[in-house]
Amino acid sequence: MWGKLSWEAVPLHEPIVMITSAVVAITITAVLAWVIVKGHLPYIWKEWLSSVDHKRIGVMYIVLALVMLLRGFADAIMMRAQQAFAMGNVGFLPPEHYNQIFSAHGTIMIFFVAMPFVIGLMNFAVPLQLGARDVAFPVLNSVGFWLTATGALLVNISLFIGEFARVGWLPYPPLSELNYSPGVGVDYYLWALQISGAGTLLSGVNLVTTVLKVRAPGMNYLRMPIFCWTTLASNLLIVAAFPILTATLAMLLLDRYLGFHFFTNDAGGNPMMFMNLIWAWGHPEVYILVLPAFGIFSEVFATFSAKPLFGYRSMVAATMAICILSFMVWLHHFFTMGAGADVNAIFGIATMIIAVPTGVKIYNWLFTMYSGRVVFEPPMLWALGFVVTFIIGGMTGVLLAVPPADFVLHNSLFLVAHFHNVIIGGVVFGLFAGYEYWFPKAFGFRLHKGLGVAAFWFWIVGFFVAFMPLYALGLMGMTRRMQHYDVPEWQPWLQVAAAGAALIAIGVALQVIQLVWSIRHRESLRDTTGDPWNGRTLEWMTPSPPPMFNYAVMPDIGGVEAYWMRKQSAIERRALLPEPEYHDIHMPRNSSAGFICAFFSATMGFALIWHIWWLVAMAFVGAWAVFVVVAWRDEHEEAIPAATVAAVDRANRAAREAALPTLRPAT
Amino acid sequence: MSALAENYQGAVAGGGHAQQLTEEPEHGPSKRIVVAYGFWIFLISDIILFAALFASYAVLTDATAGGPRGRDLFELPIVAFETACLLLSTVFCGIAGIGAQARRKGMYYGAMAATFVLGATFVAIELHEFATMIEAGAGPSRSAFLSAFFALIGCHGLHVSAGLLWLLTMMAQVYAKGFRADIQRRLLCFALFWHTLDIIWVALFSLVYLVGVAPR
Repeated sequence: MWGKLSWEAVPLHEPIVMITSAVVAITITAVLAWVIVKGHLPYIWKEWLSSVDHKRIGVMYIVLALVMLLRGFADAIMMRAQQAFAMGNVGFLPPEHYNQIFSAHGTIMIFFVAMPFVIGLMNFAVPLQLGARDVAFPVLNSVGFWLTATGALLVNISLFIGEFARVGWLPYPPLSELNYSPGVGVDYYLWALQISGAGTLLSGVNLVTTVLKVRAPGMNYLRMPIFCWTTLASNLLIVAAFPILTATLAMLLLDRYLGFHFFTNDAGGNPMMFMNLIWAWGHPEVYILVLPAFGIFSEVFATFSAKPLFGYRSMVAATMAICILSFMVWLHHFFTMGAGADVNAIFGIATMIIAVPTGVKIYNWLFTMYSGRVVFEPPMLWALGFVVTFIIGGMTGVLLAVPPADFVLHNSLFLVAHFHNVIIGGVVFGLFAGYEYWFPKAFGFRLHKGLGVAAFWFWIVGFFVAFMPLYALGLMGMTRRMQHYDVPEWQPWLQVAAAGAALIAIGVALQVIQLVWSIRHRESLRDTTGDPWNGRTLEWMTPSPPPMFNYAVMPDIGGVEAYWMRKQSAIERRALLPEPEYHDIHMPRNSSAGFICAFFSATMGFALIWHIWWLVAMAFVGAWAVFVVVAWRDEHEEAIPAATVAAVDRANRAAREAALPTLRPAT
Repeated sequence: MSALAENYQGAVAGGGHAQQLTEEPEHGPSKRIVVAYGFWIFLISDIILFAALFASYAVLTDATAGGPRGRDLFELPIVAFETACLLLSTVFCGIAGIGAQARRKGMYYGAMAATFVLGATFVAIELHEFATMIEAGAGPSRSAFLSAFFALIGCHGLHVSAGLLWLLTMMAQVYAKGFRADIQRRLLCFALFWHTLDIIWVALFSLVYLVGVAPR
């Protein structure tokens, strides 16, 4: 009846897991109890869980990412602690547990931290920047979020029921085949990613359509803020690359569930085909993550230098060039496959070519700051830290792109240091910059500056202390994913790396404190004007937080940096534009479809993992029924009366009018 | 296509549904354009999914592990009949679209029913083909080539099956709600989906079956 599921699946004999389980269970129960006792449940359901407002969905994505960041970071701390001590002994983690930890760390950090964080920021900011009231497909957007959350839920369930994959963050066959991984760990990985991957694809379809079809009047392509361009590039990559991931993981599932022979050792299966397919998705994935981060940095450099972005058009060209080139380099992840000198040389050169548009971007950012009035607010610190860190990571990447060098460095800690260097220094710093930058827009108050600055310094120093030793260790011959080792020369470096992880942990703690402190003292940090950073793009025209409908009247776009132009002319004339005429606005209604869909997809995923076939069938029927019910509703939209719209806009205008005398014209 | 689209739009707007007016944005493309555009983007992703399966099939086509090859297994006349069913179903799908546009219920239901019958016949023949092969010991576990074959054809078959489920839902929707603007948009998406499956099948028929039986 219950397939492979039995009480033995609960790891009662592993104290670390059981204590973690207990803590998580108590925390969830406590939060739920607090929500119910305080009577917040209707508010949370109505305003958040069933919301189809792109801003709310964006925030929920980011909350998911931050929670999962803590989980993934806990894994990182355990790995650094293990390797710091496991010289000549087995350390405190059993090998099979250690293997699950590094697999979970990579999977979580890429799929359930970086991805939802990036998609969350795009969801929040892009419609505002485009001057749109909403995304193209609001309900689909909500379903996409909930499918991502379902994937995250399944990964977390694997901690307490059964096990997680022990095969690394990409399940390379033949190790991931049934012969060598008979447990449910790989199945947890595969179904979690299939479900969240479907969500990501929906989000990609939604955002591509939004950028291409839903823009304010006059907002033509070459007037869009750079973040919209990078969002377009990133989501085009999602649409083009994620189906390859889905197909590849489906093939592995067929191997494991129905005895197919795609990647097996016997019957003609071809494990190297998996490497080709997974990296045909995997390399574009890198750019899916980093291009939006580049977009955020572009906004931050322009805003905090009080200058327009240098080389706007070259930035657009570089973004789209990277978008295309990212599909032409996948083989550099396995030069050692032995495809031959010619193939390796072509892919090595193609990889180095990507450094050219990236270099263009770096220079554009530097020239944006040149002779600007640079303000060192936390978003700008992250951006400056990014430039330094990312250049180092980029150069080690060019080094790895040289096939002969790669033969020496492949799968060593040098590689681990390289990709953390670009992903932390590029993506994570970018996400934190975006978090600090748009936080006042999302919630109407700033984050505490001092704590943000301190968190930045602990992060960046901790990053260098933690990862520079890994470059050295890689050159000394240490490979990745080692549970313990017998080389005494390695240990001091690993202990330094552990100290670096501890510094980052202080940075993370400061970020948590910053958030809590800022919420408690929000009145003193209030953003009254809606334009706390002297912004340049349209989102700063709205009040903070923006109303559900974003814009009372559609803004008319006359050029790049439409809001900046409008602000300058208001400063010159010492007056705002005359009050517009207000009309009713039609907005989509809330929908519980996403949440219910998550319930059924989580049930279906869990049942598939444990081979509970009747439950799979029931969950499928349930999911289909949800779609039919959604398709049957008659009222999609509700009207917001013109009077309400006028009240919101008049308040915003009053705040702007009051702030006008304090603004000075740009030099 | 665009002339037809204009016509279609006119027919919908002329229907006198009050909802139609509130649904159109103050500026920019109509909701119908946005929905169809988004669905095209989704279809592109679906085509890429098939591209990955095609690529795998191409890699594994000689990995027969001593088992049967395509020319030992494929029976072209049956596959040709299957193909005819699917192509004909697309014609009826187009007729159903015209029926919906003209708001002629009889034409719409009749053509949708014909589409369903032909689509279901296609799936039934495919299942029969699969069953025959598995019975003859040429199932997906026999070799990597057969794994790739079953996955590629099976993925298309699953799409057609999902399309049939969608088709029935659309018939029920029109029955319950009439030719409302949002339902017309969904019908447009369904038609795009069905035609795409047709195009993919043409590639499958050519590259898997015709090339598969060709003498080397």
